[in-house]
Amino acid sequence: MTADAPRGVDAPPELVQLLTPEGERVEHPDYDIELTAEEVRSLYRDLVLVRRVDLEAVALQRQGELGIWASLLGQEAAQIGSGRALTDADMAFPTYREHGVAWCRDVDPVKLLGLFRGVSNGGWDPAEHNFHLYTIVIGSQALHAVGYAMGIQRDGAEAATIVYFGDGATSQGDVNEAFIWASVFNAPIVFFCQNNQWAISEPLEKQSKIPLYKRASGFGFPGIRVDGNDVFACLAATRRALQNARDGQGPTLIEAFTYRMGAHTTSDDPTRYRLAHELEAWKLKDPIERVKAYLFKNQLADQEFFEKIDAEADALGKDVRSRCLALPDPPPRAIFDHVYAGAHALLDEEREQYLTYLAGFER
Amino acid sequence: MTTLTLAKALNEGLRRSMEDDPKVLVMGEDVGKLGGVFRVTDGLQKDFGEDRVIDTPLAESGIIGTAIGLALRGYRPVCEIQFDGFVFPAADQIITQLAKMPLRSLGTLKLPVVVRIPFGGGIGAVEHHSESPEAYFTHTAGLRVVACSNPVDAYTMIQDAVRCDDPIIFFEPKRRYWDKADIDLAAPGLALDRARTVRQGRDITLIAYGPMVKTCLEAAAAAEEDGRDIEVIDLRSLNPLDVDVLTESVTRTGRCVVAHEAPVFTGFGAELAARITERCFYSLEAPVLRVGGFSTPYPPSRLEDHYLPDLDRVLDAVDRSFAY
Repeated sequence: MTADAPRGVDAPPELVQLLTPEGERVEHPDYDIELTAEEVRSLYRDLVLVRRVDLEAVALQRQGELGIWASLLGQEAAQIGSGRALTDADMAFPTYREHGVAWCRDVDPVKLLGLFRGVSNGGWDPAEHNFHLYTIVIGSQALHAVGYAMGIQRDGAEAATIVYFGDGATSQGDVNEAFIWASVFNAPIVFFCQNNQWAISEPLEKQSKIPLYKRASGFGFPGIRVDGNDVFACLAATRRALQNARDGQGPTLIEAFTYRMGAHTTSDDPTRYRLAHELEAWKLKDPIERVKAYLFKNQLADQEFFEKIDAEADALGKDVRSRCLALPDPPPRAIFDHVYAGAHALLDEEREQYLTYLAGFER
Repeated sequence: MTTLTLAKALNEGLRRSMEDDPKVLVMGEDVGKLGGVFRVTDGLQKDFGEDRVIDTPLAESGIIGTAIGLALRGYRPVCEIQFDGFVFPAADQIITQLAKMPLRSLGTLKLPVVVRIPFGGGIGAVEHHSESPEAYFTHTAGLRVVACSNPVDAYTMIQDAVRCDDPIIFFEPKRRYWDKADIDLAAPGLALDRARTVRQGRDITLIAYGPMVKTCLEAAAAAEEDGRDIEVIDLRSLNPLDVDVLTESVTRTGRCVVAHEAPVFTGFGAELAARITERCFYSLEAPVLRVGGFSTPYPPSRLEDHYLPDLDRVLDAVDRSFAY
């Protein structure tokens, strides 16, 4: 690849793809999926709605209402496809960009916004959604997910764990340790790597000299690469890998080959390190447009349907915005809450001192 | 009464914990068939099986990271870090994840993970096997940090630590592993977050934890011959700190020396000196003095007797306190 060739645009031959960028259904000998028209329409709705929430969040950040936002733009299919493959009993461990998976796990988007607004460092109940808290340190959650999967093994439960991470995280020791642990304990886990080609400004070549999915073989479990912009392929491959995990066949690494269409976060400026024509080339592989084309071509949805989804998305964006703006700042005493489960004399003392100090201003 | 070494007392405590609660797991390097390099987990795998006493791959971050995941699933993992100097690969998981996850969840998650660390010098070991990293962890909010000093406490403290819903760094004084004591296995222990006055005295307060408690007791016994009546306090818990016991003692004696193996500079003794000075300023006859390791890496073992504070260095500090 020359320095300015559009990254990843020529689809690698080993890519599992079930829906082309033009919306054509293609067969794959190992992975296939039967979806009803209703299921496809439902996936389309998910994709559109999570993109709308994401756009609203970017706007809120630009208006000073969020401190920062990590956009999922371009990665909707990878997240919705894999997220919809999960059963209620499965457990998901996200990074900080899995807003689409959070959507699939019924986490209120406003809870995600609250984290980026700075009202909490998390704030949803992971057990209620089987969706763990966002993890900001790169790759740390891979080990948590493997440990959780080892717990599933010990419980004898019919469940699996999925952990999300990016191409940059594959260089982290924790992710490699997680691969080793999962392999030797045969843990029921799916490693779902969204290779969006960029780790902030560092291209994939800075992380790996081989395709990421091939790393798995060195650890002793299967790895596959799917078209991360193809929601059908992501759903089919993740569903299969999760079932293998539940059946006692151990871990799978799925590399979802995709592209980060936006900046790393709202603080980032991708024009400093990547070329516009790369973005333009990837726009032609948009994860939503291909589903829309498929629904149109096969007469599975009409104009009215698309208008209805767009209207729902607008309403959702509006709702998320208004509830985000209404999020109250936590009271000062909240600094001291939940640091420990049990009583802690030092914190009690500091809390009392600080609240007394604050009360002094009210007299 | 049963006579047990400190290592065996920990072993018995772990055994009781595992019997009481099927969710308690032991995990670490060589904790299974070998029973740990100090034999603290001896026989546990034989009795509780490989699913509950887990020999892990050799990766400390992996041990703590997967223990976090197991705790999220409802288990209570007790992790062994083989030696103090090997905890640093796990420092990221301990500091950024274990300590902070309960707050991140606004209290919905509990992480009852015990991280056992044999610490301190005095066994003639090679580099990285004699360190005292406690201050790194007392500085991290969200962790509880305790250190046992004797077999009786070791037996109850490990059980209390396993029962605690917060993550705990549990320091074990490795050169005292072979100390013996008579233990009443049915007797309840002092609460985990309380300090204990292990020797009462009128003239000066010595504060220590872990391996230095014994050294301070020996110093106190030696000083008695010179007519000095030394009080010795075993902190047991470093975070939280039982400040009231310290305050009461130093207010009464008017003098205080803090001893630990870790370097004095920004060591845990600095926190003790500051707190005691704040609380006891008008009672102090001398500044709170500190005795500890030097501001050097832990030396080669042929020099460790110079590095580790011994009875004489503790008494030298006592003399300096009385010179004010």
